[in-house]
Amino acid sequence: MQPSGFSAMPAVALRGVSVAYGLTGGGRYEAVQPVDVQVADGEFVAVLGPTGCGKSTLLNIAAGLMPPSSGESLIFGQRLQGLNTQAGYLFQQDALMPWKTARDNVAIGLEVRGTSRRDALEATDQFLAKVGLASFGDRYPHQLSGGQKKRVALAQVLVREPKILLMDEPFGPLDAQTRLIMSELLLDLWQADRKAVMFVTHDLDEAIALSDRVLVMSAGPRSSIIGDFPIPLARPRDIAEVRSEPEFHRLHAAIWNTLRDEVRKTYGLSNTAKEIRA
Amino acid sequence: MSRTKLLFLQVMVAVVVLVFWHVFSTVPLGTGSDGKPYYLLPQFFFSTPLKVIERVFLMFWEGTVYKHLMITLTEAVLAFVIGATAGVLIGFWFARKPLVAAVFDPYVKMMNALPRVVLAPIFALWFGLGIWSKVWLGVTLVFFIVFFNVYQGVREVSPVVLSNARMLGMNERQLLRHVYWPAALSWVFSSLHTSVGFAVVGAVVGEYLGSSAGLGYLIHQAEGVFDVTGVFAGMVILMIFVMVIDFFVTLIEKPLLVWRPSETRTVQ
Repeated sequence: MQPSGFSAMPAVALRGVSVAYGLTGGGRYEAVQPVDVQVADGEFVAVLGPTGCGKSTLLNIAAGLMPPSSGESLIFGQRLQGLNTQAGYLFQQDALMPWKTARDNVAIGLEVRGTSRRDALEATDQFLAKVGLASFGDRYPHQLSGGQKKRVALAQVLVREPKILLMDEPFGPLDAQTRLIMSELLLDLWQADRKAVMFVTHDLDEAIALSDRVLVMSAGPRSSIIGDFPIPLARPRDIAEVRSEPEFHRLHAAIWNTLRDEVRKTYGLSNTAKEIRA
Repeated sequence: MSRTKLLFLQVMVAVVVLVFWHVFSTVPLGTGSDGKPYYLLPQFFFSTPLKVIERVFLMFWEGTVYKHLMITLTEAVLAFVIGATAGVLIGFWFARKPLVAAVFDPYVKMMNALPRVVLAPIFALWFGLGIWSKVWLGVTLVFFIVFFNVYQGVREVSPVVLSNARMLGMNERQLLRHVYWPAALSWVFSSLHTSVGFAVVGAVVGEYLGSSAGLGYLIHQAEGVFDVTGVFAGMVILMIFVMVIDFFVTLIEKPLLVWRPSETRTVQ
């Protein structure tokens, strides 16, 4: 399943990772069956699946925010124990500290590491400029729009220069136009300095446009990875234009074919519509 | 609504009440069966607004009230500082140690359910008739407000913000300083008006029940000799006192809560 030719030491390797929850009143809820996920250094991998399939859970395991029920995560070959200190995590929800200005929110990630305040602020201003918020540093999160908050969060993660980026539907709550702009920004920043990216999303277009490889997860419970599609679109990509390429449509059709039944399962729909059409 | 119009209406409310009070306490409605004039608000029970204003003015003019104001202010400030400090520390401790919180939970609830007024006599016994019995009464009031707010504030820190802070590399000490502490403080500040108000309540109630100085003492003395004008004058001074304190609290909290969304955000 894994494409060969990447470095022998993947940035993230989940081996036989499964997730089960104890239910109140006894019993086990098997959320994710043992799966293998591998993200090579410098590779952009999208994890695509219907709502509730456990894709965010896999991300949390890679981040070390939660332990797997079985299996292990290897980060650059090292068994992960506790938090993944090599990774930056971009959350779906608002994760900025509301009592700190945009600048302080970004700088704090460096300061806690012992960087002097002056150096931290210097780096912060660079990154705020990169995400287009150079003049918004003194604003508090509540004074920023949803898209601007996401940019601050992106700067907050990137300023620490993590080797791995973990993203949990980061642009999910944004409107369609802002999403497009944010995707473009993300690709530009990533292109300049390729990190390993694990990008969780339920948006097929977004997954294809951004990534090198798309993993498709089946609907939960007992979800697993049911598809691994390399995306051979040329880089650097123009998010808006790439969507009109014939190759994009071919990939879209192929992945949607795999994904469709899983999405239907999530909503408890049968496959009759498809069968009738067939 | 414009500011001036609002201010006008607010002043009108006071004017209407005062005029009503004045008219019905000075103009007889008729003559009673015993031949005496009959008032809706007899002066013996209600005084008149002019007499009350005159008394308030005299108390300030002659300077008799300042000593009492200072005493009450000292008590309230001490009650607030001690109560808030204890509330923050213990609130923090309980929120971070669920076992401690679980063990003490019924006792905290019991203590909080107790009407604090019943403690005043026993505090007078323990701490004497000086300021400390009043301070501790105020502390029992302020403590619980601040304690519950901090406890809630620390426990309800958004889990996402917390996870994010962890992923940004914060250790426990840094989480405390950059996440838990500001979250808890914001709750303390949002309850500042209430807790400062209760510090004053503790001081005045304590004075009322047994003391030799303070605003509560003034009111109690006046009541003892059926000096209704003195009672009303004491209440008016107390109201002015609380409003002045409230004004300063607002002044302090504004820069501290600048990060909070306010209702009006439009700027020209």
